[in-house]
This record gives sequence, C-alpha cells and structure tokens, in this order.
Amino acid sequence: MAQGNNSIKKVLIVAFSLCIVCSVIVSTAAVALRPAQQLNQELDRKTNILNVARLYEPGMDVEEAFSNQITARVVELETGDYTDQFDPETFDGFEAARDPATGRTLSGDRDIAGLSRVEKFATVYLVGDPENPDQIVLPIRGQGLWGRMMGFLSVEGDGNTIVSITYYDHAETPGLGAEVNNPRWQAQWEGKKIYSEEGDLSPEIHLTKGGASNEYEVDALSGATLTSNGVTNMLQFWLSEEGFAPYLAKFRSGTEPSDAEDTETDFDDVEGA
Amino acid sequence: MADVNAKGVLTAPIFKNNPIALQILGICSALAVTTSMSVSLVMSLAVIFVTSFSNLFVSLIRNHIPSSIRIIVQMTIIASLVIVVDQILKAYAYEMSKQLSVFVGLIITNCIVMGRAEGFAMSNTPGMSFLDGIGNGLGYGFVLMVVGFFRELLGAGSVFGFTVLPTIQNGGWYVPNGLLLLPPSAFFIIGLLIWVLRSVNPEQVEENEFKMKHNTKPKEAV
Repeated sequence: MAQGNNSIKKVLIVAFSLCIVCSVIVSTAAVALRPAQQLNQELDRKTNILNVARLYEPGMDVEEAFSNQITARVVELETGDYTDQFDPETFDGFEAARDPATGRTLSGDRDIAGLSRVEKFATVYLVGDPENPDQIVLPIRGQGLWGRMMGFLSVEGDGNTIVSITYYDHAETPGLGAEVNNPRWQAQWEGKKIYSEEGDLSPEIHLTKGGASNEYEVDALSGATLTSNGVTNMLQFWLSEEGFAPYLAKFRSGTEPSDAEDTETDFDDVEGA
Repeated sequence: MADVNAKGVLTAPIFKNNPIALQILGICSALAVTTSMSVSLVMSLAVIFVTSFSNLFVSLIRNHIPSSIRIIVQMTIIASLVIVVDQILKAYAYEMSKQLSVFVGLIITNCIVMGRAEGFAMSNTPGMSFLDGIGNGLGYGFVLMVVGFFRELLGAGSVFGFTVLPTIQNGGWYVPNGLLLLPPSAFFIIGLLIWVLRSVNPEQVEENEFKMKHNTKPKEAV
C-alpha cells in the first residue's frame, strides 16, 4: 500500500467521503422503501385480525375485506366505554402504556402477565355491525418463555364465547412453544367460555395439561409448559378487571358500551400517542 | 491459499475451502437461522449479496484505504450493505424478514464477510474479489442449506414448508425431534458435515498440534 495513504490528511479524506457516500446510500434505501414497508406492516396487522376472526382466506383482498367488515374503536379499559379521544387508526396500546398520561404501572402480584406497565385505553376491532358486533377482537400481550408475546383474541358478540386466538409477534421455541400458531391448536379454542358465572369479572379460562375436560379449559401445548403458563397468565390478566372485563361485561349483560362524552381529562397533548 | 483464476475463486470455497467447514467462520448465524430451509435460503442470498458487494467495493478503493483505519472502512461498507438488504427484505419479503428478525442485521458481524474483505479483497482486483465474495457466499449457503434440510426434515417433518413426514401434532405418525429445532443441533450437523468433507478431501485435515501419548495404565494405589 502506498505510503501516502497513512497521512492524517488522507485518513480524514477517506473516512469523511466514505461516510458521506454510505449514509447517502443507506438513507436513500430507507426513505425510498418506507412506504412499501409500512404497507406491509399494516397489511400484516389486518391479516392477523381477519385471521383471528376466522374471516381470512389465502389470496383474498385483505384491505377490502378489512374495511368492509371491521370497525376499530378505542375503549377506556376502566369503564369499558368507547372513547373518541384517540384515533383508532393510529392509537398504539404498547406506546400508550409507556406514557404516564395514558398508562399506569402494575406492581407485584397484580402483574401476572409480566407487563410492568399497562395502557388505560385499548383498540378493539368489531366484526360486522359496530352497534351489535358478531365478534370482538381484543389485543393481548404478555411474557412467554423467551420474551413478549403479542396477539389477538377474538370473542363472539355475547362477550363470553371465544372464537380464536393468534400471536403475531413472539419468540417461543420453534416446534414447541411456537405451536401457539398451529391451526390445529388454535381450533381448540372455538366455543370455549371465558367466565363461568354471570356478572363475574374474573375469567375462568385457562390451559390445562392432559386434555380439556370442560368448556373453560384448553389443552396446553405439549413440551411448552412455560409458554402455556404465559398464555394462561395473559388471558387471566387481559380478561380480568385490569383488562377487558368491564368492556366485555356490557356485552354479557346486553347493555351496549356507550360513547363516552368528552368531558374527562384533556388528553390533547398525547393525541395519537 | 487462493490461486487467482476466475473459476477457482468462484468454486473453491464451496467444497475445497468452505468458509464454515474449513475456515470455521460464520458458525453463529449457521446455528440460528437454519430451522427451516426457506429461511436458510433467504439468509444465504442475503450473505452472498453482502459478501460479493462488500468485496467489490473494498477492492475498488483498496489502494486508497489507509491501513490504520482499514477495518473501520470495511465495517462501514459492510454495515451499509446489510442495512440496505434489511430494508429491502422488510419492503418486499416481509414474512421472511420477520422470521429472520435480528439475524439479517447480524450479517454485519458474520466473520465470513469481514474475513474475505480483509483477507482477499484488500489484495486482489475488483472482478476477482466480487467472484470470491459470491463463491464464499455460496459455500456458506451450501452449508446452511444442508443443515437446514436435516433440521427442518427431522425437526418439523417438512422440506421448504411442504410436509414430507406428517407429524403427530398434525395428525400424522412422525414424532418430530425437538432438539433439531434448537440451535445446538446445528453443531452436530455441522460437525458431521465437516467429518464428511474431510473424509472426501483428506488434505483438509490439519496436522496435530501435539502428539498424544498412549494411555498410561492406572497403577494400583498402594
């Protein structure tokens, strides 16, 4: 290599021009491909929602099916009523959980799903007529064995009968815990009941070893005890009073969740958070 | 090691001088991404792309790279290429990029890319370096595909996602071997593969670094 290459001037010139060239290439790629990426993410989310509602067929037009059949609403978890403070299109529950205005800290034995923070509002997806939905798709998340599992649970319009469950983001062991997305296992959930008694807000549904014996039990994943525990815990959490129980209770008792008046705390500063 | 003619540069790394089996580079990602063949294939293509182009660019500017910052220069080129690959996968092969998750980003730390840039591209012409990159990428891909084949077949009963051995979970007869879906199993398969390659090409076997003594007979403790 030429001796002149090691002069300070040359080192600086090479380093500087290389950085410029590389950063132009990288940012061009990032900016040019962003619309396609966002489209993919959006499509993936919608596909998962249609999938958990058992409306998805391979090759269908996801966008069209989604906009025809599904309405997104934001629910205030504590009261179980709808709120118009957030745009359901952009509201992100996971982000909201971290914001002090829209989330709260969970501590100790109340945090069974290992979330540490939980949002006060959540986006639900109503299938069919939004006034009297056929199905309600609820977002759920919690710790599995290796990390956070994010998914959707679909419940029939009676607020108590499960249609299906799916996970769109998880890091469970392939072949063992990752069988949560095996269609044969998912099919077991159909017709299972969440709550055993009328008016009861603590969910009965759980996974059990050695085969389900009643309609509140689902057969656990073999070889994946900790993943199964995670699934049970996150269902117990999200379907309890901490989660969607007040909301689902309205469907169970037949009173529709009301559209909350905008008289509550002003969330203007966190709009669309 | 490398006789610089186009055919040799391109094909030698596949069997004779395989980056994983002989140079023992890039083992980490070979453990992580080989649970299924389609993922292995995409990963191989990504690595072929990165090694070939990083070799090309490093070789193009090799006469201007100050030796004091040459590793950083190579790293910057490799990292930029990997980010571009990652962005392209996210845009056009979203499902794949979700399965590969962090491992695309980790191509940056794949020793093959760095090793070829430093070991070959810094002292050879751009054309040869490009071919060398493709060759080494192919060698890496070859091992990935072999490992992926056995892991997917025995661990999940399928090849490229098509069921070959119907598993118990899906109502068939085959009890899948869960170990093969976990990273350590790739060690066994790579080990067996190295054994096969060295039996076929005995010149790959290294000299022993020291001679082992015969077992000494245990003496009675008196």
